[in-house]
Amino acid sequence: MSSKRPNQLFRNLNAKIASVPMILTAMVVFFGGTIWTIVYSFTNSKLLPREKWVGFDQYERLWNTNRWLISIENLLIYGILSMVFSLVIGFVLAALLDQKIRFENTFRSIMLYPYALSFIVTGLVWQWLLNPDLGIPKVVRALGWESFDFDPLYNADIVIYGILIAGLWQGTGLIMCLMLAGMRGIDEDIWKASRVDGIPAWKTYIFIVIPMMRPVFITTLVIIASGLVRVYDLVVAQTGGGPGIASEVPAKYVYDMMFLGQNLGQGFAASTMMLITVAIILIPWAYLEFGGKRRG
Amino acid sequence: MVDPTGITLHGEVGAGADGGPRGPRPRRRFSRRNIFIYGTLIVVSVYYLLPLYVMIVTSLKGMPEIRLGNIFAPPMEITFQPWVKAWAQACTGLNCDGLSRGFMNSVIITVPSVIISIVIASVNGYALANWRFKGADVFFTILIFGAFIPYQVMLYPMVIILREMGIYGTLGGLVLVHTVFGMPILTLLFRNYFTSIPEELFKAARVDGAGFWTIYFKIMLPMSLPIFVVAMIIQITGIWNDFLFGVVYTRPDTYPMTVQLNNIVNSVQGVKEYNVNMAATLLTGLVPLVIYFISGKLFVRGIAAGAVKG
Repeated sequence: MSSKRPNQLFRNLNAKIASVPMILTAMVVFFGGTIWTIVYSFTNSKLLPREKWVGFDQYERLWNTNRWLISIENLLIYGILSMVFSLVIGFVLAALLDQKIRFENTFRSIMLYPYALSFIVTGLVWQWLLNPDLGIPKVVRALGWESFDFDPLYNADIVIYGILIAGLWQGTGLIMCLMLAGMRGIDEDIWKASRVDGIPAWKTYIFIVIPMMRPVFITTLVIIASGLVRVYDLVVAQTGGGPGIASEVPAKYVYDMMFLGQNLGQGFAASTMMLITVAIILIPWAYLEFGGKRRG
Repeated sequence: MVDPTGITLHGEVGAGADGGPRGPRPRRRFSRRNIFIYGTLIVVSVYYLLPLYVMIVTSLKGMPEIRLGNIFAPPMEITFQPWVKAWAQACTGLNCDGLSRGFMNSVIITVPSVIISIVIASVNGYALANWRFKGADVFFTILIFGAFIPYQVMLYPMVIILREMGIYGTLGGLVLVHTVFGMPILTLLFRNYFTSIPEELFKAARVDGAGFWTIYFKIMLPMSLPIFVVAMIIQITGIWNDFLFGVVYTRPDTYPMTVQLNNIVNSVQGVKEYNVNMAATLLTGLVPLVIYFISGKLFVRGIAAGAVKG
């Protein structure tokens, strides 16, 4: 290496210029913005951010707020059920489509199209379908089941399941596609071998295919989980958080505190909690995925 | 990440030569197994199609028929009045010019956002793949991890940035927001694609004296049209369907379609007109649906790449 090199800064200048938007986004918005929010979650900001430090007060208040606790509970119920159901339904549908059937493309298109629709559209359609006076409940009652009163949108105890039905309708198609791609990646010879040995198909799926698809399952779980924390539009459209506060979720709490409640500090604290939740999911995954075999 | 393009059809069973019957005995068409599989798939398909069907049917009925009848029944008298009303007369707040306003706003937001974000991300991905410089990977890693940070964390800092730039509440501001938050997934998409193009090609062009932009425009761009289409699908559907950024960074007269739709349907005043609501909902869903049915396989590729964005 020669000792006199052109100024390092100007080497590869075009590439650096092309990367300026990325560097700004990464450093200012993602890195800077996150730090800013965390720092200001320790202040007493109301309508505008102020540097009046109050320590962990906002967090203490947050965890003493009934609405936040309900939001967390809802997110837990919705999150766990939606993970379990999307994985199971997605896997079963993918397995059905993987049976060398005809019209596979048609079936796949039908199952996937809801994913193209927004959560707002999804929420509004299901709000109408589950309408207790005119929707599905009315049809069921008209069929002779007079006492049928499954009213997810007006019954605080089960409202979160009404949202779950809509969420699953919208999202399972994607999971099915990811699973199907994973199944197609499995060597055909494994199927032949298990057929020769006379192992029934369902056993092959449970004991051979699923363990082999572990990476697909993990990726899918991370995708579902990181999307779950943000569940917002669906709730706003379908129930608006109601009845009362029965279907509130953390993302809505943050928005309402910041932009409607003029209580910025609470919003910052709540969003920091969301960040911590994502980190708890993400860090072990990133560690498993990239930790051992760091690329050069 | 799983590559959804890996979805391929199983090899068709080749027809035997012209001679006598060959190969395994054909399976009976109506075996119990087939009835089970197709039966299940058809039931499932009905579940997935039902909401779309109900939307269409409801939007074509008059209100009296909706109140009396069955939600699944086809309309006895088809009327397009709800569609006209949803498009041109439905009220949000003080404006009574229907969803057409939101539609126009969404178009004005989506078109520049898609173009700008793809231009920036493709050049950037190209720089990361072929012109690596010191420190690039650090920024890229931060960017990718940024894709997982809940948007709520960055909402307010972004408000401050936009306010400082003087574009808070304008459509231009929302375009910037979409460009920023679309960057992780698009940059990843382009970087991975450009990395997969054989390096010899790049080196040969270098030897011939081509520079950064020449290689980009003359070699990379013509070779990567499919990935540009995938990026466009991700961005158009993503931005069109966005609600959170729309509601935070715009004002009532610049609301995108999704926000306006939600305001129309969930407004508490007046009598609920379910047929108008469903027509409005369908209108909003139409753009992504059309893109979905036109783009077919590329859409699958796009959403699986975009799934990280959530």
